[in-house]
Amino acid sequence: MSDLTKLSAVEIAGLVASGETSAVEVTQAHLDRIAAVDGRVNAFLHVDTEGALTAAREVDAQRAEGAPLGPLAGVPVAVKDVLTTKGVPTTVGSKILQGWRPPYDSTIVQRLRAAGTVMLGKTNMDEFAMGSSTEYSAYGPTRNPWDTERIPGGSGGGSAAALAAYEAPLAIGSDTGGSIRQPGAVTGTVGAKPTYGGTSRYGLVAFSSSLDTPGPCARTVLDAALLHEAIAGHDPRDSTSIAAPVPDVVAAARLGATGDLTGVRLGIVTEFAGEGAEPGVMAAFNEAVDTLTKLGAEIVEISCPHFKYALPAYYLIAPSECSSNLARFDGVRFGLRVGDDGNRSLEEVMSLTREAGFGPEVKRRIMIGTYALSSGYYDAYYGQAQKVRTLITRDFTAAFERVDALISPTTPFVAFPLGARTADPYQMYLADLFTIPTNLYGGPGISVPCGLAGGLPVGLQVMAPTMADDRMYRVAAALESAVGTLTPPAL
Amino acid sequence: MTTTLPAYDEVVARYEPVIGLETHVELGTNTKMFCGCPTDFGGEPNTRVCPVCLGLPGSLPVANSAAIEATIRIGLALNCSIAQWCRFARKNYFYPDMPKNFQISQYDEPLCSDGYLDVEVNGEVVRIGIERVHLEEDTGKTLHVGGATGRIHGATESLVDYNRAGIPLVEIVTKPIPGTGALAPEVARAYVTELRDVLRSLGVSDVRMEEGSLRCDVNTSLNLPGEEWGTRTETKNVNSLRSVERAVRSEMLRQASVLDAGGRITQETRHFHEDSGDTTPGRSKETATDYRYFPEPDLVPIAPDPAWVAELKAALPELPRLHRRRLQQAWCLSDADMQSVLNAGAVELIEQTVAAGATPAAARKWWLGELSRRANETGVELADIGATPKQVAELQDLVDAGKLNDKLARAVLEGVVAGEGSPAEIMSNRGLEVVSDTGALTAAVDEAIAANPDIADKIRSGKVAAAGALVGAVMKTTRGQADAKTVRDLILSRLGA
Repeated sequence: MSDLTKLSAVEIAGLVASGETSAVEVTQAHLDRIAAVDGRVNAFLHVDTEGALTAAREVDAQRAEGAPLGPLAGVPVAVKDVLTTKGVPTTVGSKILQGWRPPYDSTIVQRLRAAGTVMLGKTNMDEFAMGSSTEYSAYGPTRNPWDTERIPGGSGGGSAAALAAYEAPLAIGSDTGGSIRQPGAVTGTVGAKPTYGGTSRYGLVAFSSSLDTPGPCARTVLDAALLHEAIAGHDPRDSTSIAAPVPDVVAAARLGATGDLTGVRLGIVTEFAGEGAEPGVMAAFNEAVDTLTKLGAEIVEISCPHFKYALPAYYLIAPSECSSNLARFDGVRFGLRVGDDGNRSLEEVMSLTREAGFGPEVKRRIMIGTYALSSGYYDAYYGQAQKVRTLITRDFTAAFERVDALISPTTPFVAFPLGARTADPYQMYLADLFTIPTNLYGGPGISVPCGLAGGLPVGLQVMAPTMADDRMYRVAAALESAVGTLTPPAL
Repeated sequence: MTTTLPAYDEVVARYEPVIGLETHVELGTNTKMFCGCPTDFGGEPNTRVCPVCLGLPGSLPVANSAAIEATIRIGLALNCSIAQWCRFARKNYFYPDMPKNFQISQYDEPLCSDGYLDVEVNGEVVRIGIERVHLEEDTGKTLHVGGATGRIHGATESLVDYNRAGIPLVEIVTKPIPGTGALAPEVARAYVTELRDVLRSLGVSDVRMEEGSLRCDVNTSLNLPGEEWGTRTETKNVNSLRSVERAVRSEMLRQASVLDAGGRITQETRHFHEDSGDTTPGRSKETATDYRYFPEPDLVPIAPDPAWVAELKAALPELPRLHRRRLQQAWCLSDADMQSVLNAGAVELIEQTVAAGATPAAARKWWLGELSRRANETGVELADIGATPKQVAELQDLVDAGKLNDKLARAVLEGVVAGEGSPAEIMSNRGLEVVSDTGALTAAVDEAIAANPDIADKIRSGKVAAAGALVGAVMKTTRGQADAKTVRDLILSRLGA
């Protein structure tokens, strides 16, 4: 039998369903792969060997009993360490939660279990999902399987790298400013950010509540759509969850895979053209645009005049919300506690805990956010950023009156060398230049591989109107059918 | 600091007080504000908690619609405008009994605003402006162990109970209340009393100040006539209606003594002490935390359907003041009589006694007479005296049926208060029924006549008024268990008068 770790989720599910292989075999193959390569990749913070094998055995038992299996039954999945997993360590890439075992499962993880997927473990990430390279993880950086001296993107670098290193066929990420799509782009994998509210945030350790969106990561568009379908849908535990049917993303992916985009109008954002994307990235993108044209799509240029304010607005809104969301990490109820020697006051223990538990990027954002929300500065910063958000939403709404979806490079540059941008936060923030507008608007976005630049993957982003996630899957699947999936060099 | 306080009369002659009240009410919903945990008072510490009210990472709030409805009803009862669209906001500050280190509250978009509540003080109606009514979540409770004061300083350990964390809390804030002069303390008390009655009539809270389900902060300032309002202080830990009145009065006296000495009032939070009746400073508001309010992104805006709000308004119960006015008319009471009923805390008791069949006059007689006297003697609230309205109505029934006279009825009531059972049971157990056996009575009457020949002669000669002495003698031999009128009739007929 071929190497089980090289198969797509669809293929694995088919083999498990037909009995040609067992879920336990599939799981063991991936656990073996993790054992073999993760020392070099560092995609996983925690591998739940026992939990995974137990879940796999249950799937095999169900099959033996003749119980109906879901479309992803027996397929291993890696989960970003931002989602709570009952009894399984959840650190959010931070020292402050080291050793914390949540007493409850996030809704996404509950749905993954219900779908019969097998959770292999928790993947590495920038601390509290703040970063674009996974270098801000408190547990060491994840490395890009395409070149282990380069970053795998972030914050969800662990999930993307696990896919590219064939450690898992599916993974879950979370996208606040591009943390699913940008790692997808630089690792040559597929990453989709659903419509905000389309996937539940219950159990997603919050970074920026009005932006955080959990979503699927995979090596193919159809696999991503199947995972999307498994985790999406209304959740009464999340007040911002949308009570509407999930768009039929699987059907859209299958339709797109026929390679026909006749009648589909795609917009290229004028303002992104001069935004300093690397020439190699622009070349791959332009080639992909030609491909989309050949598939029948009509390409038009669209001006979104307020997109240029997206990055500064984001860097006020997200830190503001995070300064409040991260206040609960004080050493009183869970996680790290420092300096509680019986002589120090409560305030001192809280301060020492936070000082020791948070890394520099998290502290930077807490301070920015605290400042932006302060009395006397609120209107100038947080209030103003919210107005920009409204203007960006209007840009999207106007654009979608003319086109079905917008396309752009996912990120301005290919995977950069480890350490290249950590010294200058702004250089790091630029990685999300093209992905952030979608988060501010709340619509869906997907990154799909569109070619190579200097031997490194380039991603194309498709942005669609809110609750029209199916459209982006159709376009992404069509491009994938023409370009093919990317295979990294052997590790 | 031991300064002699000025006399209250002098203070109000020189200064004008402005007061304001912030009241927190725990709603009596079944579940907490943002999760499904129960809200019952008490319980082993940290047993009524879940990831949401513990603020565990990843948890999210979902607003309790029953709490929103209750808040809107409170707003409507206080004549407020109900927001057509409003949001929750986060109030950020670090404190260990706040699980998330922010409180979900409301800031510049309260659910209800700009209303009023009419209260009566000495027969005068005072209209208290309501600034806002908003909804928030309660905090947990911190217990400081070790150390002498029970306060955080000097404690060796701090224990936190999160059972209360997340219980829906409604904050009701008055507009500043100027112009009440010497009556300021009584106005403050009357407002909280009236508010409590309104909340009780709405059935939204058990409004128990001693259990903390109704908590009150009192703002007080003084100014010279014609000048701007003075710097205010906020007095907390005011845990009874009486304390509301005392706290305002004590703070007026304290501020006057500071101002008289040429000092300035510091804007600060002060704590009221039930035992001494005075206030001491808490944290200074000048160094107050910047709460960094911003709209709560985890919750969607509240947009009550105006038609639904209109339905809620139409379904409001009769408010206490109007209810009392209606009762006063139905019971044919003067203002002064009604006031004594109110002062005795007997309105509901009389109302229920009437509902159980007694006449208003009889019900009022028992509750304001014998039962009030006993309540005063034993120092308990009238409602807790041990007699129920149903029992009082039953007692009156026995009187009306001639089975008890007034004296016997009092004895039966004593048994009721002592918990001996129903009036009928006590009457029979204690053998207190009026003697109606005329054979026995006739014997007693004849005995009295024989023992008092002079009086008997007077009666025979037409001096009927003299019968009273013989009635007394008969009552004595029957140990009061005879009906006086029956005895009198019998005496007169035996003597042919």
